[in-house]
Amino acid sequence: MATVLKAENIRKKFYQPTEFEVLRGLDFEVNEGEFFSITGKSGCGKSTLLYILSTMDTDYEGKLTIKDEVLTGKKQNALAAFRNEHLGFVFQFHFLLPEFTALKNVMLPALKLGKYSEEEIEHRAMEKLKWVGMDSFATKNASRLSGGQQQRVAIARALINQPAIVMGDEPTGNLDKANSQIVFELFQKLAKENNQTIIAVTHDLDFAAGSDRIMEMVDGTIAGISTPAQAGPYI
Amino acid sequence: MNWKLALNIALTHLLSKKKQSIVAMMGVTFGISMFIIMISFMTGVNQFTEDMAMDNTPHVRIYKPLEIEDKQIIALGQNKTESEWYVVKHQRPKNELSKIKNGLALMESIEAMPGVRGVAPQLATQVFYNNGPVKISGNIYGIDVERQKELFDLDKKMDLGDLDDLLKASDVIVMGKGLAEKMNVTVGDRVSVTTPEGGNLTLKVAGIFSFGIAAMDQTQSYATLATVQKILQKDPSYVTDLNVKMIDVTKAAELKDELANQLKGVKIEDWEEANQSLLAGEQIRNIMTFVVCFTLLVVAGFGIYNIMNMNIINKMKDIAILKATGFQGADVTGIFMLQSIIIGIAGGLLGLGIGFFFSYLLSVTPFPAGEFFRIDTFPVNFNPMHYFIGLFFGFLTTLFAGWFPSRKAARIDPVAIIRG
Repeated sequence: MATVLKAENIRKKFYQPTEFEVLRGLDFEVNEGEFFSITGKSGCGKSTLLYILSTMDTDYEGKLTIKDEVLTGKKQNALAAFRNEHLGFVFQFHFLLPEFTALKNVMLPALKLGKYSEEEIEHRAMEKLKWVGMDSFATKNASRLSGGQQQRVAIARALINQPAIVMGDEPTGNLDKANSQIVFELFQKLAKENNQTIIAVTHDLDFAAGSDRIMEMVDGTIAGISTPAQAGPYI
Repeated sequence: MNWKLALNIALTHLLSKKKQSIVAMMGVTFGISMFIIMISFMTGVNQFTEDMAMDNTPHVRIYKPLEIEDKQIIALGQNKTESEWYVVKHQRPKNELSKIKNGLALMESIEAMPGVRGVAPQLATQVFYNNGPVKISGNIYGIDVERQKELFDLDKKMDLGDLDDLLKASDVIVMGKGLAEKMNVTVGDRVSVTTPEGGNLTLKVAGIFSFGIAAMDQTQSYATLATVQKILQKDPSYVTDLNVKMIDVTKAAELKDELANQLKGVKIEDWEEANQSLLAGEQIRNIMTFVVCFTLLVVAGFGIYNIMNMNIINKMKDIAILKATGFQGADVTGIFMLQSIIIGIAGGLLGLGIGFFFSYLLSVTPFPAGEFFRIDTFPVNFNPMHYFIGLFFGFLTTLFAGWFPSRKAARIDPVAIIRG
C-alpha cells in the first residue's frame, strides 16, 4: 500500500499565553485509500495537528510530505494551490459561503483550479451533490440550508477536485444524532466505495469505530495507532 | 489569477448586501456630482468674466504715455562750457501730443507680423457730454469701424441701432447704455460734446451699446476716427492707441517684447499686465474649486474605506473558507478590490449623470444679474474633460480606499478563523 501522507517529527509550540509545547515530535504515515481517525481528549493537540497536515498552519518544526511532495517550507501561494488541487476539507461548523447557492459552493474550488470548462464543472458538481443526496437543493442559497444539509454540501465541495486526501475536523461535532448518522454514513461510503483517503479528527466513538485505523493522542504525543478492533485499551 | 471567478464572487457579495453597496456608492456619487457641478459652474463663471473682459481687451496695446520727464534740464541758451549751470527744477510737462508717430503706417507693419490677427487703431479723448444743462465727463473713442467689428465684436454689443450707421452719416456716435440713461437720450437724439481744449461739436446718437461692465457703459461712446479727429481738430493720421489682437493669445508677451525692441517713445502693454487682478481672481477661484472637490472625494474615499473594512470583518469566515479551499492571497485581494472598483465606477458614473443633470438645471436657471450684465442664466461650462477627470479621480479614490482593506483580507489567517 502506497503512503500518501508522511509526518516526521512534527513539533509545535504556542507562545500565548505562556510557552507551551502542544505537539512533541509526532511520526506517522497514512496509506492511500485509508480511513484514518485521530482521537484524544480536548487539548491533546489533535486539531492543531490536523491544521498542520492541512498545510494551512505553517508555523511548526518537522517535515510534512503529501503525495511525495515535501510541503514544509513552501510559500503560502504554493500551498494554497496545493490545497486547491489535492486536499478537501470538511469542518466542524458547516462552512459554506452563505450568499452562494449550494451548487456554486461546490463549484468554487473547481472554478479556482480551472482544469475543466464551467459546464463540465457544473455537471461534476451536480453529480457530487447527487452523491450526498443534496441535488434537489442545488439552486438554494447556502444560508437557507439546515446544518446537516450544509455539512453534506460541504462534503460534496471537498470532493469536487478529486483530492488525494479529505480532511475532516470533527465533521459530526456540531450535528444532532440523525444528521451525524447521515454524515457518518457518507464518510463510510466514501471510504468503501470510492476508496478515498480520509483523515478525520473526532471524539465521536462511533465515527472512529468505522475507520481503518485510529491514532490516539495524549498530551501532544501518539499514544498508539491501531485498528478499531484492537483500540479498546486506548479509547 | 482567475478574474472571471473573482468578478463573479465580488458581484455576488455586492448584490447580496444591496443596501450597504448602495450606501458606499452614494458616497462616491455625491463626491463626483458635487465635483462636476462645482467645476462646471466655477469654470463657467471664469469663462464668462474672461470673455467679457477679453472681448474688449486688446492682447497688446500700444499707446503714448504722457509722463513728466524726471531728468533736469539746463536752462535754454546757456553756454555749456560755463562751470556753473542754471538748472530748471520742478519743470512742467511739455505740451506734447499723445499721438503715436506714423500710427497708421505702424499699424500696417504690425499687421504684417506673424501671429497677429489684426490691429485696430483708436483715438481716445476725454470729453464732456452735454444734453441741456447736464454735463457728464467721459471718453470718446474714434475707431476704424470695420476693424473694431472684426477684432472686438463691437457690433454684437449693440442694444439699439447698428454700428454701421457710424459710416452712413457724419457726426454720429454710438453711446454706452448707462451714459444714455444718465442723459436721457436715445437713438436719434443729439448730444453736444466738449473737449478739454474747448472744441465743441453736436453729434447724433445712432446706437446704444452695452458691454455689461458699468464703468465702460456709463462713460464711453464710439465714433469714427474722422469724427473724433474733427472734434479734436487734428489731422487724419492722428491716432493715440493701436490695439493688437493675436491669433494665439499666449503669444502676446512675445510680440510685446519684440515690439519693445523696435519702437521707442511708446508704451506697450500686454493683456496679462492690464488684467492682473482678473487673472489672480480666476486663479484663486480655481484653487478653491479644486480644494473643495478634492476634499469631497477624500471624504467619499474614507466612506468606502470604512464600508470595505466592515465588509471584510463580516466576511472573515468566507475569506477563511476561500483560503482553505485553495484561494491565494492575491485572489482574495482581487475579489475585494473588484468590489471597491465596481462601487467606484458605478458611483462615479451615477455621479456624472447627476452632476450633468444639476449643471444643466443651473444653466437654465434665470440669473438676476442686473441690467448691465449681458447674461440671463447662470454661466455653466460643459467641458467633457471635467467628466473624465471626475471619473478618473473617483476611480483613483476607490482604488486607494479599497487597497488597504483588501490587503488586510489577504493576510487573514484561515486557521485562526476556522478554529474559532
